[in-house]
Amino acid sequence: MKIFTEFGRYILMLKGMFSKPENTKVYWKEFMHQCSDIGIGSLGIVVIISFFMGAVSTLQTAYQLVSPVIPKSSIAQIVRDTVLLEFAPTLVCIVLAGVVGSKIASELGNMRVSEQIDALEIMGINTKTYLVLPKIVAALIVIPMLVVISAGLGIWGGRIAGTATGILSTTDFDKGLLKAFLPYNVFFAMVKAYVFSFIISSVPAFYGYYVEGGALEIGRASTKSVVVSCVLILFADYVLAALLL
Amino acid sequence: MIEVKNIVKGFGDRIVINDVSATMEAGKCNLIIGSSGSGKTVFMKCLVGLFEPDSGQILYGGEDFTKMDDEHRKEIRKEIGMLFQGSALFDSLNVEQNVQFPLDMFTNWTHAEKRKRVNEVLDRVNLEGANKKFPSEISGGMKKRVGIARAVVLNPKYLFCDEPNSGLDPQTSLVIDKLIKDLTLEFNITTVVNTHDMNSVMEIGDKIIYMYQGCKEWEGNNKEIIFSKNQRLNDFIFASEFLKDAKDMRMLEQAGKIDNNRNMDELMK
Ligand SMILES: Nc1ncnc2c1ncn2[C@@H]1O[C@H](COP(=O)(O)OP(=O)(O)O)[C@@H](O)[C@H]1O
Ligand SMILES: [Mg+2]
Repeated sequence: MKIFTEFGRYILMLKGMFSKPENTKVYWKEFMHQCSDIGIGSLGIVVIISFFMGAVSTLQTAYQLVSPVIPKSSIAQIVRDTVLLEFAPTLVCIVLAGVVGSKIASELGNMRVSEQIDALEIMGINTKTYLVLPKIVAALIVIPMLVVISAGLGIWGGRIAGTATGILSTTDFDKGLLKAFLPYNVFFAMVKAYVFSFIISSVPAFYGYYVEGGALEIGRASTKSVVVSCVLILFADYVLAALLL
Repeated sequence: MIEVKNIVKGFGDRIVINDVSATMEAGKCNLIIGSSGSGKTVFMKCLVGLFEPDSGQILYGGEDFTKMDDEHRKEIRKEIGMLFQGSALFDSLNVEQNVQFPLDMFTNWTHAEKRKRVNEVLDRVNLEGANKKFPSEISGGMKKRVGIARAVVLNPKYLFCDEPNSGLDPQTSLVIDKLIKDLTLEFNITTVVNTHDMNSVMEIGDKIIYMYQGCKEWEGNNKEIIFSKNQRLNDFIFASEFLKDAKDMRMLEQAGKIDNNRNMDELMK
């Protein structure tokens, strides 16, 4: 029963976001601030995990493909598709659910508990529009960019790992990269990226915005939002794969 | 002027504000006093619409705030300034930006005009020089003053202060009280202050409402309060022996039974 009430409140929060900004300039500034916060703030971790996930998938694919009849270049092909279809969007978004999600939840939670949200409301500002909307829009713009960067870096990491361990040469790798490439996979990856971005930003915003209590509850809300976002991402991942592939 | 009529507010099945009516007058400091948990904050939050009262009316200049739509409420709220119990400054903005925020949001002034106004109000609350500090870098008393500066920067018609001097030393507390009083008189603001600080009650209580467990128990001003016969109110204000003695002295003095100076001399002997 509680889950339905929560879902209802979540929908109401999303609906409440759409009102006319009191001052476009201030809202734009807040939006830009969120873009840099979410984007630049998580660029480092995205670069690191992308590179290594590509490298590791090259090594593991090579380990599993022992048959002499399969050409070496197939490794590149497999790495490309796993990175594009699953690793870049899903793995990166799961990590971002932790990095970005907990930040959003604790920022809003702190503003709620210290009455900063009330202070904004008193001034006559719609806090859902001013605080939540810029975060969601920023996430929708910036996180797919991070996913694209991640896909590129993942494949590049695989290429480097391939040559560094002598599994396959760069020419073999590049040949495999172009073999049987489906542009549809890129489209699929981007659909996932957008859906996950929305989950990563809106779910923590919801838990943060409606925190009641003190510091302890902010911590709880932040943990809960990460857990719920991760579960929702995996669930959405399955649904999208079933629908679109 | 704000008229409150028969406000009731409960959480779950627990009634926190029970049928309170009051009139908050313009150009006066209207105090709401009571021990902690008596419902002062909830009452104030009902007045400004952060809580929806279960029943009753709140009239701002004759218009019922509880029945207004969001747009209309926003208009009223632009005339409201509020100082929160914990100051509620924006952590990510420095002192100057905090005070400037309402100007950024609601005016089309030039940068220079905004600067001028910000410095004016910061000056008013004796905070010149702290412009670039962040809320985490200033003391509680300074935070309250920044909170007041932010609340009055748009020249509000209504000013709400939730425990403006809780957690402050007596001296800073007096400074804040005086500030609130001066602003109220100067701009003819309808000021509502929640407090349980007896100094403020005596200093600035043009009108005092005593709340006891969510009900209005007593109403009057700072001259009448000392002589009130209400037992609960007396227990509340004269909580310490020292204050009880002080009251007895006042009573005797009033009745002409003692001449303050002479008796003090005799006591000293
Ligand atoms: N959001 C809330 N939910 C439930 N009960 C509340 C809430 N806010 C306040 N209360 C209760 O209302 C009573 C009055 O609280 P409050 O107005 O904060 O007292 P104070 O006079 O100290 O400001 C308290 O008993 C408190 O437990
Ligand atoms: Mg209170």
